[in-house]
Amino acid sequence: MLASRTVRGLAVPALLVALWQLAATMGWTPSSSIPSPATVVEGWYEWIAGPVTPLAWYSGTWLNYSLLSLRRVAAGFAIASAAGASFGLMLGWYAVVNDLFENLVNFLRAIPTTAWVPFVVFFFGIHETAAITLIAFGAFFPIATTIAAGARQTPRTLVRAARMLGTPSSKIIWRVVLPSTLPSVFAGLRIGLGLSWVLVIVAEMLAVQGGLGYALWSAYQVNRLDLIVAAIISVGMFGLMSDWLLVRLAGRSLRWQRGLVGQ
Amino acid sequence: MSDRTRIECRNLTKVYRDVHGERVVAFRDISLQISCGEFVTVIGPSGCGKTSLLFMLAGFESKTSGQMLVDGQNVAGPGADRAVVFQEFALFPWLSLRRNVEYGPRERGVPREEMRVAVDAMLRTVGLESAAERYPHELSAGMRQRAALARVLVNNPKILLMDEPFAALDAQTRLSLQRELSRLSQEMNLTVMFITHSVEEAVLLGDRVLVMTARPGQIMADVPIRFARPRDPTSREFNGRRREIEELLRQASTLSADSPERAFARHSE
Repeated sequence: MLASRTVRGLAVPALLVALWQLAATMGWTPSSSIPSPATVVEGWYEWIAGPVTPLAWYSGTWLNYSLLSLRRVAAGFAIASAAGASFGLMLGWYAVVNDLFENLVNFLRAIPTTAWVPFVVFFFGIHETAAITLIAFGAFFPIATTIAAGARQTPRTLVRAARMLGTPSSKIIWRVVLPSTLPSVFAGLRIGLGLSWVLVIVAEMLAVQGGLGYALWSAYQVNRLDLIVAAIISVGMFGLMSDWLLVRLAGRSLRWQRGLVGQ
Repeated sequence: MSDRTRIECRNLTKVYRDVHGERVVAFRDISLQISCGEFVTVIGPSGCGKTSLLFMLAGFESKTSGQMLVDGQNVAGPGADRAVVFQEFALFPWLSLRRNVEYGPRERGVPREEMRVAVDAMLRTVGLESAAERYPHELSAGMRQRAALARVLVNNPKILLMDEPFAALDAQTRLSLQRELSRLSQEMNLTVMFITHSVEEAVLLGDRVLVMTARPGQIMADVPIRFARPRDPTSREFNGRRREIEELLRQASTLSADSPERAFARHSE
């Protein structure tokens, strides 16, 4: 049963790759515009395992670049999660915080994060800090607003039940609001994580040295379409993997709630 | 049962503003005494303010005027001495059944070992010891309401406030929970205020049945029920009392301090 589901799940991607290879071999597309899967694998292999030389910018740098991007996403996303979760919880639960910040948050949220790139680079230069700040800032808003929306939905009877059982009102946010908001917390984190990958690529393409986005842009500048495709697939794989990890974590914490995240 | 007064309301009035900003009198000038160990059932048409009255005693809602005393003390906010059982159970869905029952003792800082003994005993009392590690969504409605009862009784409350607790249960489950509640409230000498829509339930459980009028709510009748327990709902005297209260309830539904037109307008909404 499980095996047949796995086969079915992989059938469509496998078919797409096969079609792609077929199109390239049959010459349906000019080879200069679309590389064949074989070309991509070849270029990718050299990018991963080729000798590191000062002249070839890409040979043997894949692991290094991947780790750079991963590290930036991890740092930025960690800051966004911690800040966004605490702020979102307060925004959703305390009327005062909501009144004070609602307009500001809605305004900042309406600005596409990519519009901040020049500002951030001007401020932090082409360093790690620029990429991490952009990710932390951009992922903060969807995380905070999704969690705030969840916190507003906290069932009133559960709050009353906790009060009746002896929880002081100052602790309700920990005892009731946070656990009942957990499904929204994970939903917000998933959105934030996806956005973190978008922003790391943007930051690396436009400003910050090294990383998969940097490789992507460099490959474009030297017309290496095979490497562009390899970089795109790499980013996709890392995005998928990190999302899978988060869903696994959510599944563990949300055992009390059936069929929520992911499957 | 002693004659000491446990709950006392004097000229209690509740006015609130509805979503359109209009003043609505939920109930007016309610005076009421409930003795220690007494089981009082409250029945009345929808919107007669009976739930507001219960939640006020629980400390969830504030009063507009009048006095509300528990053991001679003004009610100020919720407290574990006044246990509440909600119609929708209100168990914490993220906690196992055992952790739900442990919630009160943990909040009160009861020592671990003492808590374990008390919780085990309480789970046995309501017949849920084998389901202790399950989560609320894995339990039937009847088991959930048993758990909700265990969660408050483990704190040894003096007062049990129940808001249509068995309304969402099937007839069979309701009957067995009614019996258990009747037994437990006597054993633990609980003072109970129990809101219901069912006249049969009101007569089956109550030492007294309070009949409230439509909004603004007032106590229209206070009917003592002196039959021995456990009561037989098929007996002649039981049904006589039941008919009597049903007649009162019919009157209560039409009776309102507002003009009849306004009452009609509200019902037709």
